[in-house]
Amino acid sequence: MNEFRVARIERTLSLGAKVARINWLLVVLLCLAAMIGVAVLYSIADGSWTPRAAQHATRFGVFLLLMLGLALIDIRWWMALAYPTYLVALLLLIGVELFGVKVMGAQRWLDVGPIRIQPAEIMKLALVLALARYYHGLAVERATSLRHIALPALMIAAPVLLILHQPDLGTAMLVGATGAAIVFLAGLSWRIITIGAITGLIGGVAFLIFGLHDYQRARIETFLNPERDPLGAGYHILQSKIALGSGGLVGKGFLGGTQSHLNFLPEKQTDFVFTALGEEFGFIGTLSVLVLFMLILFTGMMIAGRARHSFGRLAAAGVCVTFALYVLVNISMVMGLIPVVGVPLPLISYGGTVMLTVMIGFALVMNIHIHRNSELPSGRGFFL
Amino acid sequence: MARRHEDASGLFTRRALVLSGAGITAFGALAARLYKLQILESDRYRGLSDKNQFNYQLLPPSRGRILDRDGVPLAKNADNFRLLLEPEQVPDLDDLLARLSKIIPLRDDMRERIRKSLKKRSRSSAVVLAENLDWAQFAAANLHLPELPGVRPEVGELRVYPDGPSMAHVIGYVGRVPESMDTEDDPLLRHPGFRIGRTGAEKALDKKLRGHAGALKVEVSALGRVVRELPDPATSARPGDDVVLTLDQRIQNFAAGRLKGQSAAVCAIDIETGAVPVLLSTPGFDPNLFAKGISGPDYRALLEDEFKPLFNKALGGTYPPASCIKPVIALAALQQGVTDSHERVRCTGKIKLGDREFHCWKRRGHGPVNMLGAIGKSCDIYFYEMARRLGIDHIRDAVHAFGLGTNFDLGLGGGNTGLVPDQAWKRARFGTSWSQGETLIAGIGQGYLAATPIQLVVMTARLASGRMVTPYLIKGQEPPEFDDLGFSTAGLGAARAGMVAVTEAPWGTAHRMGGLGLGDLKMAGKTGTGQVRRITKIERDDRVRKNNELPWALRDHALFVTYAPADTPRYAVSVVVEHGGGGSVAAAPPARDILRELLKEDPVTLARLSVTNTTAKGPAT
Repeated sequence: MNEFRVARIERTLSLGAKVARINWLLVVLLCLAAMIGVAVLYSIADGSWTPRAAQHATRFGVFLLLMLGLALIDIRWWMALAYPTYLVALLLLIGVELFGVKVMGAQRWLDVGPIRIQPAEIMKLALVLALARYYHGLAVERATSLRHIALPALMIAAPVLLILHQPDLGTAMLVGATGAAIVFLAGLSWRIITIGAITGLIGGVAFLIFGLHDYQRARIETFLNPERDPLGAGYHILQSKIALGSGGLVGKGFLGGTQSHLNFLPEKQTDFVFTALGEEFGFIGTLSVLVLFMLILFTGMMIAGRARHSFGRLAAAGVCVTFALYVLVNISMVMGLIPVVGVPLPLISYGGTVMLTVMIGFALVMNIHIHRNSELPSGRGFFL
Repeated sequence: MARRHEDASGLFTRRALVLSGAGITAFGALAARLYKLQILESDRYRGLSDKNQFNYQLLPPSRGRILDRDGVPLAKNADNFRLLLEPEQVPDLDDLLARLSKIIPLRDDMRERIRKSLKKRSRSSAVVLAENLDWAQFAAANLHLPELPGVRPEVGELRVYPDGPSMAHVIGYVGRVPESMDTEDDPLLRHPGFRIGRTGAEKALDKKLRGHAGALKVEVSALGRVVRELPDPATSARPGDDVVLTLDQRIQNFAAGRLKGQSAAVCAIDIETGAVPVLLSTPGFDPNLFAKGISGPDYRALLEDEFKPLFNKALGGTYPPASCIKPVIALAALQQGVTDSHERVRCTGKIKLGDREFHCWKRRGHGPVNMLGAIGKSCDIYFYEMARRLGIDHIRDAVHAFGLGTNFDLGLGGGNTGLVPDQAWKRARFGTSWSQGETLIAGIGQGYLAATPIQLVVMTARLASGRMVTPYLIKGQEPPEFDDLGFSTAGLGAARAGMVAVTEAPWGTAHRMGGLGLGDLKMAGKTGTGQVRRITKIERDDRVRKNNELPWALRDHALFVTYAPADTPRYAVSVVVEHGGGGSVAAAPPARDILRELLKEDPVTLARLSVTNTTAKGPAT
């Protein structure tokens, strides 16, 4: 630790110096996670690279290059683009509200010519960036004060409410929790935290009672009693638990998962990929994945801790929190600990959007790692 | 600046540690939960997974065939292309039926039945959607299977009765398992395609014919489609056993043809073994209709038919034995010593008993007749006299010895004991005492006496052999060696001589039909005309109406019992034609023809015939 403390504050870095500072451990861990995803997708397709395994691998390869590229650009660009990105994401969310495409009852997508984007996904990182940017220029004493909680609170509440209205309870909670975590890390006083927690609790209960959509209510009811109606709504959770449980210690073997191969598992390529993995590789497999994710998070948090600037610390930690929440929510969901909210398992679930979000997030983490000693402007303006 | 930086960093580190601690706790909780799920509760979930993955399909066994004595199949199996429905896999029944009706025709009553059986059965057992499809329909349904969730094609068995009506009463038919039946002891009974024996041999021998169900382990997908079959020879179905009957398919059909259009019963028996080669009740019905599931109107028509096609008259129909009983009465009279074969009784056409007159069928009387003449001419007056001398108790004992009053159901069920009355019976039944007039009437086989066609053929076989011949129909149920009945050879000889005279003497009641027609083999027989109405004094004084003047239901029953060859009896035959008129006209000729067909298949008789033929031809060449 000391070694970094005494290091000189750097203004600029040569490309070679940056490349030399790439945290290869993080790269290897991410690659491992993606490879596990490829293996499971290969197995689910009855031992075939098509339709998903190969694409998953290719996608990861491209995003990894993108990540390294984004890691090497000057960190000031990230800082400068924090507020604009947040604003664009917020506008897109409003756009979804106004012009969005309805898919399965929820308005989450925005058609932009040939591509379809999910603004909530962009917002996850944009909020991390914007909050980190906000607290970077703030003295600790001020960060803890009530007066300076207003703007971050607004920055968090606006997207959360918009996403809630789509409706996408899972993402809204993810975004909100990430924001709250950054505010917490920035040093909000415990007194305010306590008050906020109580208010939040009351608001949450009120929302659960009055604000839920029918399908959300059904999910929660099913969650509370999944075996009541095994062929109806509780079917997914029950089948998921059967798949996991029947995996046992060592699993049914690669390509041997009956629950997934015979289609008893729902959404096995995306939200329930962890279950398919658990069935074929057992407790050893699931525990390994948990350990792998914890290693990634540990690496990320170490990077956050080593950064010499608030922006880096908070942004890297924010990405880690987002990532951790993805993992925790997804795995809790497939085990029936929380209702099914439609959150995929990062890097392992099939799907480009989430993988892109996660990889850009780790690009930011890597960038912070490379620029851990850089001097950053206090940044009172919109850009810098 | 440095201080502030130091502060911020330190604060972050503290807060990050708190957050990390929370994260590690959460991950630890997940790991603990996974441990519980995958290690502690693994057995339970593995069981549930297996239940998901594997299903057992019941493999119905092939039903055993029913064969005639030469191995000709009387009941066999054909392919039944059918579609089953797994109710738990049907998301929308209406939609499914709509799709299905584009492929195979679905009548409204079929839809109704499907709905009903869906309601009745538990969701886990399949119901029949459609069966007996032709190949084109079945192939089309198979082709469209992906659009028909929950539909399972199956090649089952359809029971086929090649001879149809002529065997219907003996073989019976199979049908759906009745709702009242307890289906717990055999899962086969709950299989939607399973058919159980409902009547006749199919019912009586069901356990033997049924076989044992097998089980096929199959791997199924979440949608219930079978992904893989895992056959195991140890659990394959064991087919039912074939059953052999004593029937002769050809002669049974011959008899059916011979009595076509009549309401009649025919029984034949092998006098040496008791085997029954013909057991016919006409008109019959088509058991194939029942096997496929008979329609309401067809079934009603059968129920309402005056000729009672569903009823097995050969085993269950009771008729006054009428004059067919006379040889037995004669034998009893000799046995009891109340007459000898030479005594002549004068027949004037009627006798008086108290203030009642008893008439002979021949109004002007037969004149003096001895036993031979009395049997041959079927003189009623002679037998009134013999009955009077014997008394009802001796008549009862003799008639019992010849099988009347015994229920011969041949293991099929549906038999009848008939009725052999005596004093005790009458007192119990009517509370009045027996009158002598009733004894006289019993002497000519009328009155309360009632016998089934199978009893009549047993009686004839016992007369022909002097042994206690007992009939059997099912191979493996052969009766033990027949005991001697204990009647004297002389007495039996006299009774038989009378029966030979019936067909062979110029004055015999059945002489006109011209004998057996097999070389010089002689037949013995006895006609009977069973009165079903009372002839009033007024009618008798005027003129007794002829049968063809009466409505069908009031006409006399025509009976004939016979055996041949007269010297070495092989087969006996009884024919009852309901309301057929005189026995000699309506019953004797078909009985003779059937007997002749039976003898033509008897090797011993054939050998004798060929010997007589060559000796007859000898001098000519």
